[in-house]
Amino acid sequence: MAEVLVYVDHVDGAVRKPTLELLTLARRIGEPVAVALGNGAADTAAALAEHGAVKVLTADAPEFADYLVVPKVDALQAAYEAVSPAAVLLPSSAEAKEIAARLAVRIKSGIITDAIDLEAGDEGPVATQSAFAASYTTKSRITQGTPVITVKPNSAAVEAAPAAGAVEALTVSFSEKATGTKVVSRTPRESTGRPELTEAAIVVSGGRGVNGAENFSVIEALADSLGAAVGASRAAVDAGWYPHSNQVGQTGKSVSPQLYIASGISGAIQHRAGMQTSKTIVAINKDAEAPIFDLVDYGVVGDLFEVVPALTEEVKARKG
Amino acid sequence: MSLRIVVCVKYVPDATGDRHFADDLTVDRDDVDGLLSELDEYAVEQALQIADEADDAEITVLTVGPEDAKDALRKALSMGADKAVHVEDDDLHGSDVMGTSLVLAKAIEKTGYDLVICGMASTDGVMGVLPAILAERLGVPQVTLLSEVSVEDGTVKGRRDGDAASEQLEAALPAVVSVTDQSGEARYPSFKGIMAAKKKPVEALELDDLDIDADEVGLAGAWTKVDSATERPARTAGTIVKDEGEGGKQLAEFLAGQKFI
Repeated sequence: MAEVLVYVDHVDGAVRKPTLELLTLARRIGEPVAVALGNGAADTAAALAEHGAVKVLTADAPEFADYLVVPKVDALQAAYEAVSPAAVLLPSSAEAKEIAARLAVRIKSGIITDAIDLEAGDEGPVATQSAFAASYTTKSRITQGTPVITVKPNSAAVEAAPAAGAVEALTVSFSEKATGTKVVSRTPRESTGRPELTEAAIVVSGGRGVNGAENFSVIEALADSLGAAVGASRAAVDAGWYPHSNQVGQTGKSVSPQLYIASGISGAIQHRAGMQTSKTIVAINKDAEAPIFDLVDYGVVGDLFEVVPALTEEVKARKG
Repeated sequence: MSLRIVVCVKYVPDATGDRHFADDLTVDRDDVDGLLSELDEYAVEQALQIADEADDAEITVLTVGPEDAKDALRKALSMGADKAVHVEDDDLHGSDVMGTSLVLAKAIEKTGYDLVICGMASTDGVMGVLPAILAERLGVPQVTLLSEVSVEDGTVKGRRDGDAASEQLEAALPAVVSVTDQSGEARYPSFKGIMAAKKKPVEALELDDLDIDADEVGLAGAWTKVDSATERPARTAGTIVKDEGEGGKQLAEFLAGQKFI
């Protein structure tokens, strides 16, 4: 069976969920060979093996952390040359997309980004994507070279599929260009203790109607009662009420959770682009004419400062 | 010596319009008004600010696109860019990111550059990988997705806000930069700027001028193929209630029914 390279997104050896989802998709096409780079790379092996990786190629060097993107491209290219895979899959993080694109140029392959599904086809893997603010669904494939495809979070279920997961050291020689862009300093984001926005099963978002940074505590309280991530519309972020890292929409994150709760969000195209593939959508808004209500499975026309706290209390009571 | 800045911009269908695919599954440009991609306005703005700080700088805006793409160039010129380059050729229709990036890279090299600035993504394709591909093709450092950028003594510095961390980056020029919508509000063209833009030079280039063969670009030369595009069915109308004091409770009932609580 053909091998499929899977680029691993991990934090000091802890594999992030989108990579495990990627292994589910990779197994539809061939045998997953994982590539883990940087600090803690070898520690990823157990989780990757449990989810279907037949092999885990690892490399660690200071270059991966000290310089932007290119050292990882060099390493992935070395893995590509060692394995000659049928496809190369990466998660759709900002960094992994850039790695994918540069690799594709080097190996003279087409690239598809932000797939939401992937299946085997007669002429190579077929990727499903959303287009035009999720108003279209397209199916595409790569016609030149080895397919390089990045896949969005929540595109597949994580499945246990134990495999050997044998760890092998990957030999990487860095190109002259690898040290072109220096990472002078790195400030980790403070953890909120909430789930990652793009990976969360439930997202609770606030918009213009929240009317102030201090009022976001109402949104956060509901999110915490549901174990949800917190999102914000561009209006709320531009007003400085919530960090840009939480923005849902065309220029922020695009999310596809099981449940999306929009509070005080009108539903402009810019926002809809980032959330309208959510499975179940709920909105609370004062304005009965707000376009968000065209998308909802359940909507409440009312004051979010009445409805959201009442919902939070009800959720807490029911969860006991 | 003058700092040569090239800003890559894209002419896109208005995202607030009703966008469609054409019969050949490329972006339909006929039914929806086109304009300068909003995310590229941030790139033009940062170019103008960097040029202001430099002793001597020249900003060229570059686009690859059909005749109407001149509108995007005019907008950038009216914001304050100095000149424009428009690569237009019938054989370019249907190019994917590999084709487009090849043309841009050749046009950038022909124009001459110290700094290339791009937006974070286009508002139609939204791949967000073109700047990285340009850096790879040009063989220069990539300093991308910056919320803050500055140039000093032949070095470009910037802040990249990622999911896990915020990074301070640094690279020697020449380099390729991309900026996010957090980099600073783009200016509106002034009346004077709009009038001046009409007199600024727009150089027209074809594939021949860039030594690119027709089969390297366009729909036929693309390395990806869209097999189908299906309009997403409208979501079925949901239940909408007016809060009469019980809205929170009703919502909880709904969520419990869907097994969320």
